[in-house]
Amino acid sequence: MRKVAVVGAGMTLFRRRLQETGKELSFEATRMALDAAKMEIGDVDAVIHGTAPDAFDGVHMKGEYLLDGSGGRRKPYMRVFTGGGTGVFSTIAGYWHVASGLADVALVVNEEKMSSCQPHPQSVFAHIWDPILDRPLKPNLVWIFAMEMNRYMTVHGIPYEDIARVAVKNKRNAVGHPCAQLADPNITLEDVMNSELMAWPVRRLDISPPSDGAAAVVLASEDVVRKRKLRDQAAWIKGVGWCIDSTMWTDRDLFFPEYVNRAAKMAYKQAKITSPRKEIDFAEPYDPFDYKELHHLEGLGLADKGKAGLMTREGITERDGDFPVCPSGGLLGVGNPIAATLGLKVGELYWQLTGQAGKRQIPNEVHTGVTQAWGDLMQYGCVVVMGA
Amino acid sequence: MTDRIGRWPGAELGPKDLESGAVTTVRYRPEAKFAWSAGEAMSRFLAELQEGRLIARECKGCDRILFPPRMFCEECFRPTDTWVHVRDTGTIETYSISYLDTDARRIIEPILVGVVSIDGASPKMGIMHYFGGMTKDEIRIGMRVKAKWRRPEDRVGSVLDIEHFRPLREGER
Amino acid sequence: MKVGIVGVGITPFRPSTPEFSWKELMYDGAQRAYADAGIDPRTDVDSFITCAEDYYEGFGIFDEFTPDQLGAVLRPMHTVGGDGIQGLANAYMQIQSGLAEVVVVESHSKASDILTFNGIVAHGLDPIWNKPLGGHPNYIAGLEMDAFLRGSGNTAKDCAHIAAGNRQAALLNSAAAYGARVTPEQVTASPALWAPLRSLDASVPADGCVVLVLAGEKAAHKMEAPPVWIQGIGWASDSPSLETREWVSPQYARLAAAMAYRLAKVRAPAGAFDLAEVDDKFSYKELQHLEALGLAKRGQSGKMARRGDLDGNGRLPTNVSGGSLGCGNVLDASGLHRAAEAALQIRGDAGKHQVDGAKRAVVQSWRGLPTATGAVAILGASG
Repeated sequence: MRKVAVVGAGMTLFRRRLQETGKELSFEATRMALDAAKMEIGDVDAVIHGTAPDAFDGVHMKGEYLLDGSGGRRKPYMRVFTGGGTGVFSTIAGYWHVASGLADVALVVNEEKMSSCQPHPQSVFAHIWDPILDRPLKPNLVWIFAMEMNRYMTVHGIPYEDIARVAVKNKRNAVGHPCAQLADPNITLEDVMNSELMAWPVRRLDISPPSDGAAAVVLASEDVVRKRKLRDQAAWIKGVGWCIDSTMWTDRDLFFPEYVNRAAKMAYKQAKITSPRKEIDFAEPYDPFDYKELHHLEGLGLADKGKAGLMTREGITERDGDFPVCPSGGLLGVGNPIAATLGLKVGELYWQLTGQAGKRQIPNEVHTGVTQAWGDLMQYGCVVVMGA
Repeated sequence: MTDRIGRWPGAELGPKDLESGAVTTVRYRPEAKFAWSAGEAMSRFLAELQEGRLIARECKGCDRILFPPRMFCEECFRPTDTWVHVRDTGTIETYSISYLDTDARRIIEPILVGVVSIDGASPKMGIMHYFGGMTKDEIRIGMRVKAKWRRPEDRVGSVLDIEHFRPLREGER
Repeated sequence: MKVGIVGVGITPFRPSTPEFSWKELMYDGAQRAYADAGIDPRTDVDSFITCAEDYYEGFGIFDEFTPDQLGAVLRPMHTVGGDGIQGLANAYMQIQSGLAEVVVVESHSKASDILTFNGIVAHGLDPIWNKPLGGHPNYIAGLEMDAFLRGSGNTAKDCAHIAAGNRQAALLNSAAAYGARVTPEQVTASPALWAPLRSLDASVPADGCVVLVLAGEKAAHKMEAPPVWIQGIGWASDSPSLETREWVSPQYARLAAAMAYRLAKVRAPAGAFDLAEVDDKFSYKELQHLEALGLAKRGQSGKMARRGDLDGNGRLPTNVSGGSLGCGNVLDASGLHRAAEAALQIRGDAGKHQVDGAKRAVVQSWRGLPTATGAVAILGASG
């Protein structure tokens, strides 16, 4: 199996509404990543694009529509789509393009333009439900998160305060992120716990916002890293894993994300990690809601079931803590343009591991990080372990 | 490198910029209409709902009663074996008290919604539905509930043939 | 390491399948493929891939609705927003990377669930430059046919020959939906709805599901059917913009073929294959693709067709499956279907439409309007 490294990354601002078209956003992120990797589009052998529901951008087969902005013209171009998991999954697809030997350099570009959808991107989520079982009940997307959060809290007896603390941590962490939409250096636990009740137990500040944005990473084989002398700016992909659970979410107990656990085990096995909490230095789990960070830390085997909340309470997951989690500020702090969260997950791992995270740089030395994304109907988990 | 980047791309727009014409926009509404064949399992499921009954499928391969019903078992990967009626009573597995409707508009009287596991099906097998006949302070995980059916003449073959699930009363089955 | 096709499942294509939900249709395709390969998806498969688009299915995130009916619950799985051969490429790369040994690739069409098919196709157009023009999206194929005929010297009559021939060939394919004894004269007499494209020059949607099982060399040799090896694979996209793409000679096909030929070490494609399955969602596309793949010289594909070179007993049997024109347009499953047909040919399992001595095939796909994306796979009995 060929070794593959991330050698450059880029991302646009994440904002509720950006003026740039989806093609322009894709181009900006791609150009930044290529510049960072000291390459031109002619150096790229294959392009992988990740983008979530077509209905946001309002174009059927939107992967095709975005390909020229993504550098895909007259190249092997592939779109992959795993709902919210796409933020990390496209990197996994990029990984096998290079690891297989079919490409020496692969460009992974993720884009989302939720603001195109009128009157509100929320309406797209009406179409993710089963047409016979769920849709007639006119469900709101927040309901399913609320149900999962309730189950998680009740089974383990987790106080809401422990969950709200994650939102405070991440929105404060995001102050160091140049692209952040919702950074807030002064946010308090009371702010979160008193914010508007949406669907109990979920409150407004527990949720990450819809955003526009794009991000890109450049993947290169070991030979390319050597020939182009990119070792100092390379972060190696050590393990990848992905897993999908049954469509029938009402037949599953939502308190533990089994699909994240299996994806993690697959990635850890490849990375030869047997004690993840000891052998990994920091994590960027997917945090579209604050409780998801805890839920996913447990799924990733980085905390015992029901115990992730203690880590936040004790300051362990702060940027200067023993095990930093979401040093980027996460989706909660920076924004959630679904697939473009690539920049906050794989991108953040890259910048931290190569010492390029600026104000967000974790003070302790970090050598190995894990990132994870989640998607579909409480169904999809994908995990990437990187090291430098 | 992130310190050396002076400009992070992106031009932010305000909430009114699209409507006010400050930014050139193009509008389009796609012609996107679908009618999904319900298929064998769901067609029978809906027909039974119209009759005021819940139906499941049994898989003899793993000895499970699958609800909602399906013609193939996803665990054994084999066709399921027989139709089995299940009860219209169950247990609340999880719920939410929602102050948002489907278009994210705020509502004053909350909607009580959640997952109810159905008696007679294998453990944890259930559906999402509304809860009623209880206040937001009374609802809890573990509550025993029963379907409140619409009148026969109002049923159309839909999950909405059940109005909601309400608390199971003392001595009821 | 060699990668081979070890299982094939094709549901009979039909204009509509009201008795099946899309899940039940996928289950049918999958159980056929798994029976053919002699595998249990719950234990023998490492990764599953679906090739699908949300707007063809009518869901916001179609990926949600895929695992159960393929046996993929709590297994590695993903959706490719691309055509079936692009899906095969992903499987090929997963196996070559060592991430998986056995991979399942699925794609289907449940076009009969789409009430506004042309509206969906039109929804793929550029929202600023093209959507405002309105109209039936087949006008794009009409424009391309016009440019191709002028640029290559092939004629509309050549295209009519293809439109008739593929529908007739489909009569020998029990899985085809639209086999018919249509003559070239009937094609030429059909209404020129998007002149020069006539209504019988266009394929019509059908429902169907295709599932292939791929395996790396070691695992392949343990399976029931003899493996059909993927000797080369390639895919490419030209500009999505109608205004700046190449109209006469499809670059996506040329580039995809170049990549596949390089991997398969094919230097002279014109004589290298026993049969070809190339996209024919519109009749002119078959000719366009044959030339772009180097299987016919520029301007000569029409003559080859009329000489009988492309017939089942000709020099290069092409689309003996019946193609999209004869089998039905199964959307992103089209390429996967042709790969399945080619695999059956190489195995000697193609029944009434078997090409004698078929040992090596070139399979090509196009994603359909309004894309300029396609892929090529080269399949052979030897590795």
